[in-house]
Amino acid sequence: MQYATNQYEGMIAETIVIPGHNGDPIGAYVARPLGPGPFPAIVVIHHMPGWDEWYREVTRKFAHHGYIAISPNLYHRAGHGIPEDIAVQVRAAGGVPDDQVVGDVAGALAYAVAQPTCTGKVAVFGTCSGARHAYLAACRAPGFAAIINCWGGRVTMEPQELSPAQPVAPIDYTKDLACPVLGIFGEEDSSPTPPQVALLEQALIAHGKTYEFHMYPDAGHGFFYYDRPAYRQAQAMAGWKQIWAFLAQYVG
Amino acid sequence: MCTMIATQIKVAGSGKAGNGWFTLGEANVSYDHPFEAPFEHALSLDFVNEALGPSARVSVELDVASARQLVDTINAILAKADSGGYIVE
Repeated sequence: MQYATNQYEGMIAETIVIPGHNGDPIGAYVARPLGPGPFPAIVVIHHMPGWDEWYREVTRKFAHHGYIAISPNLYHRAGHGIPEDIAVQVRAAGGVPDDQVVGDVAGALAYAVAQPTCTGKVAVFGTCSGARHAYLAACRAPGFAAIINCWGGRVTMEPQELSPAQPVAPIDYTKDLACPVLGIFGEEDSSPTPPQVALLEQALIAHGKTYEFHMYPDAGHGFFYYDRPAYRQAQAMAGWKQIWAFLAQYVG
Repeated sequence: MCTMIATQIKVAGSGKAGNGWFTLGEANVSYDHPFEAPFEHALSLDFVNEALGPSARVSVELDVASARQLVDTINAILAKADSGGYIVE
């Protein structure tokens, strides 16, 4: 939504603790619009560099646009410090287990739905590994109304890429997906490559899923990140426009 | 993690971070998205001591050519030291 200059606007943004996978307490950053609502919600899943400043900003951006936004700290169990140091530790350990991620995201979904100002409609958003996790959660944690996959790498996986922590390629859960998918990708990305995006699209078609993919030229991996050389202003703004339209259509 | 190409080895030595020298415990070697270097992927070396907590870390992020040159240089230096009889293992 766009606020008019004479319209009340406010939000509360804070860190909280929610029950995650197996009831484990995990941190979450919540930004929620003030006012009676009702507001739709979105779970915002952080990327490989961790539960960092960009993700806090994006969580508030969704709240600014009228969504109760919650970003769970998927690296909570790795300890605490600056996000980068924690991310290095998680990377060295082989990443977070997929089952744990799905449980943590389900916890964030449950928190959002339980808010008295929530409409009950909840989307899930992620970039990079966060988009892979978003796809997994949308397939395996019932209740999401929409998923936004921004350049999710390793949604398709070769057999040699599977591991005990990540035993199934997310694409193989596509039949269980129960909500529409928005895909935002760059033509110059090497993870996912355009052929990998095409494989995902074929799976969605084969299973009769609702989706829309946008593949941007002259854009690589992470082209929304204004703090990285990969940033592409025009493509990023076009991508955000697609996100708002998609959310308005499917989540409210 | 978009590549998940990472491995950890045990190392012995010292590293210097913002708070001074600390005893190294592990080295994490990965080829994945860097935090700072202006590349999509980088060869990252993180010298850490997990027992001291996540901030005990010395990090470098290299492009591929630099990483290969570094490996070759380390091997060349070690070979020279070895041939000079300086290495006793």
